[in-house]
Amino acid sequence: MIQTLFYIAALIALAATVAALTRANAAHALIYLIVSLLAVAVLFFLLGAPFAAALEVVIYAGAIMVLFVFVIMMLNLGQAGIEREREWLQPHTWIVPGIMAALLLLALLLAVRHAPGLTSGEGVPPKAVGIALFGPYVLAVEIASMLLLAALVGAYHLGRRFIVRPQPTGDEESA
Amino acid sequence: MDGLLVPLEHVLVLAASLFSVGLMGLMLRRNLIFMLMSLEVMLNAAALAFVAAGARWAEADGQIIFLLILTIAAAEVAVGLGLVLQIQRRFRTLDMDRADRLRG
Repeated sequence: MIQTLFYIAALIALAATVAALTRANAAHALIYLIVSLLAVAVLFFLLGAPFAAALEVVIYAGAIMVLFVFVIMMLNLGQAGIEREREWLQPHTWIVPGIMAALLLLALLLAVRHAPGLTSGEGVPPKAVGIALFGPYVLAVEIASMLLLAALVGAYHLGRRFIVRPQPTGDEESA
Repeated sequence: MDGLLVPLEHVLVLAASLFSVGLMGLMLRRNLIFMLMSLEVMLNAAALAFVAAGARWAEADGQIIFLLILTIAAAEVAVGLGLVLQIQRRFRTLDMDRADRLRG
């Protein structure tokens, strides 16, 4: 039973990934990519890694994909935005990803119902991850935080000229 | 199969397939946004392999490497999308073949 759910989620992950990378439209591709990430989150849950599943949804499908959405919307500014968005959101663009996401939700609910031990008993509970993270891996956490700081500074530097200031100050060189 | 629902090989085959799809996307697509998405897919496939291996031996290390991969993906996307904005602004296109010189 649970094995079948695993293979269903695996098929959805593969199909959504292929669909995402073969779209012509970046916004449609993002929808499929989010479905693919949600499918991988269900796989993590079924593999007994609920902490990784939650992080996959929150950070990958949430934060990182929101960055993509922001950039796609920034690149498409100006030219007849409302008509374009209406054209993008035709039912035939979201009905297939919607069905895939509904199947994943169903698989997750079935997994929770049939094997409640998956969330805590077998597998690796979040507590073990936390203990290992701040025990032997504490140096890796520090390195990750420095990497994030460097990325923050780099992204701010690259996107600096897109920040609209109320009045231009003289200390910035002309772009 | 101990510790896992399905044989580890199946999960690894899935991770390898996802990685191959991402690699094909990276090599075949020339749109910068799609290339970044392909990188995300490849990192995600690697993370899936790590989590599956961690679950196979019931150790937390797999999920910790997943966390590190998540950090790397977030950092890469933040800098990469900043570069996307600059390239779009400078070249008026996202076609990577137009931006193949180091001095634009």
